[in-house]
Amino acid sequence: MAVTTAQLVDWIERYAAVIAEQKQYLTGLDAAIGDGDHGINMDRGFQQVLIKIAPVKDKDAGTLLKTTGMALVGSVGGAGGPLYGTFFIRAGTALDGKAEVADADLVAALEAGLKGVVERGKANLKDKTMVDVLTPALEQARARLKEGASIADALSAATDAAEAGMKATIPLKALKGRASYLGDRSIGHQDPGATSSYYLLRTLREALADPPQGASTSTSYVGREQQPTS
Amino acid sequence: MAEATVTTRLKKLINTPESEVKDALAGMALAHADLIRVEYDPNVIIRKDAPKKGKVGLVSGGGSGHEPMHGGYVGRGMLDAACPGAVFTSPTPDQMARATKAVDGGAGVLHVVKNYTGDIMNFEMAAELARGEGSQVNAVITNDDVAVQDSLYTAGRRGVGVTVLLEKIVGGAAEAGYDLQKATELAKKVNANGRSMGMALTSCIVPAAGKVTFEIADDEMELGIGIHGEPGRERTKLKPADEIAEILTSTVVKDLPFKRGDEVLAFVNGMGGTPLIELYVVYNAVHQYLTKEGIKVSRSLVGSYITSLEMAGTSVTLLKLDAETTKFWDAPVHTPALRWGV
Repeated sequence: MAVTTAQLVDWIERYAAVIAEQKQYLTGLDAAIGDGDHGINMDRGFQQVLIKIAPVKDKDAGTLLKTTGMALVGSVGGAGGPLYGTFFIRAGTALDGKAEVADADLVAALEAGLKGVVERGKANLKDKTMVDVLTPALEQARARLKEGASIADALSAATDAAEAGMKATIPLKALKGRASYLGDRSIGHQDPGATSSYYLLRTLREALADPPQGASTSTSYVGREQQPTS
Repeated sequence: MAEATVTTRLKKLINTPESEVKDALAGMALAHADLIRVEYDPNVIIRKDAPKKGKVGLVSGGGSGHEPMHGGYVGRGMLDAACPGAVFTSPTPDQMARATKAVDGGAGVLHVVKNYTGDIMNFEMAAELARGEGSQVNAVITNDDVAVQDSLYTAGRRGVGVTVLLEKIVGGAAEAGYDLQKATELAKKVNANGRSMGMALTSCIVPAAGKVTFEIADDEMELGIGIHGEPGRERTKLKPADEIAEILTSTVVKDLPFKRGDEVLAFVNGMGGTPLIELYVVYNAVHQYLTKEGIKVSRSLVGSYITSLEMAGTSVTLLKLDAETTKFWDAPVHTPALRWGV
């Protein structure tokens, strides 16, 4: 099975919807250990993405993802802009000219995106960042594909690993970004970037689900996330 | 009767949170049309007569909400361009790339970047873009905040008050004809010889968030606060201004360390919500403490120059001076927020 550009458009639109829904939640997570703008910045960026991808929805997957990344770099600011922007630009570069993407190529593109994130942010595993979500998730996706699983099943496993990675950031002490200034005070808080990265996997799973899942609705995420207490 | 929650309410002179930065930029452009011009999308404040042929361009930028930094420092003898991000959010690479191109007079451009993860990454991407278009770009990072531990296990110290002094001194040197290499070395020297520490009495409200960044009781203060309301070293009971000034100054002095016989520039900064009369109360104690320690205050600056919206509080910055840095501190400057010698 191959992944179409339309499915990737669906992914980005679902992700933009989730970010809009979870804007306050992400901002609250960030206020606890950072500077309290992650949800606001990501929402501003993905609203811009929705505008910028409108004319390229029928182009190849590479153009779609690169357009997404450029829109993020030019609108998010903070650390999220360069990191998510680099993720999509590198993933898009890996898919240049492809209208249909083979399963293994999609995972390879996401891996290229992660490599870009690591180069830009210089984070290691266990630094309490988005890398702690993307790394185990893509390892799972790659392993499942090798075993012969469908892309839908591989991403399902990847999403479970992403969720575990996100939750595993709670007891970690932040070693990168503004949260690192808190030292031990960052322990006990879930990382906001890890959380938005988990949504990235979760919405991709939804967009590629077999059979397809209904469009993302505002009820699908509300109530699942605990509101931060601080 | 006023409710206890009054400080958490969004009560600001804005139209909408989304339009605040652009509305303010438009106001700056009109108020200071003799000094600067403003471009939008990407947002950049540019010195009116840029690019100056043969002069090193000085570009800085950061989140909005720290005014007058950085836009207020664009003009003769200081910055050639400033890139304002959203409130407390670093600007984007397209802004710095545009600013770099607009001020490159052929002698290269120096980026002044405060040490925050987002600012560093966005400036790095901008430098890559600008170099791709043929500009020679160096960057200097300010990281003078002693409240933050500098170790392998953090993002490193934050850039705060020294940034303002650096922009003035290196801006003066660039105006006097320093080449990119010499300007970069001078900038590194200023950063290496300056230290700061701040404190807050109250929080601030980021308009887009609509509520206070942190809660603080009426009888408490946050020592070592950052310029975005980030927590610092310690939450403690409020003390008289003289004691607060001594805590900040002695911590800064011990860190470099500043020694008996050193000549310094003493900079007492307001966080945005503290009146000048209180800053002078603080300055009095800072100056007396330094004198007692045998450190000579040969230059001073008192006022709100690097702020955190309406946060009440102060920061103390000390910069060890030598003949070169003193000369360029004294050099003429004409910007919206700093002007002397012209």
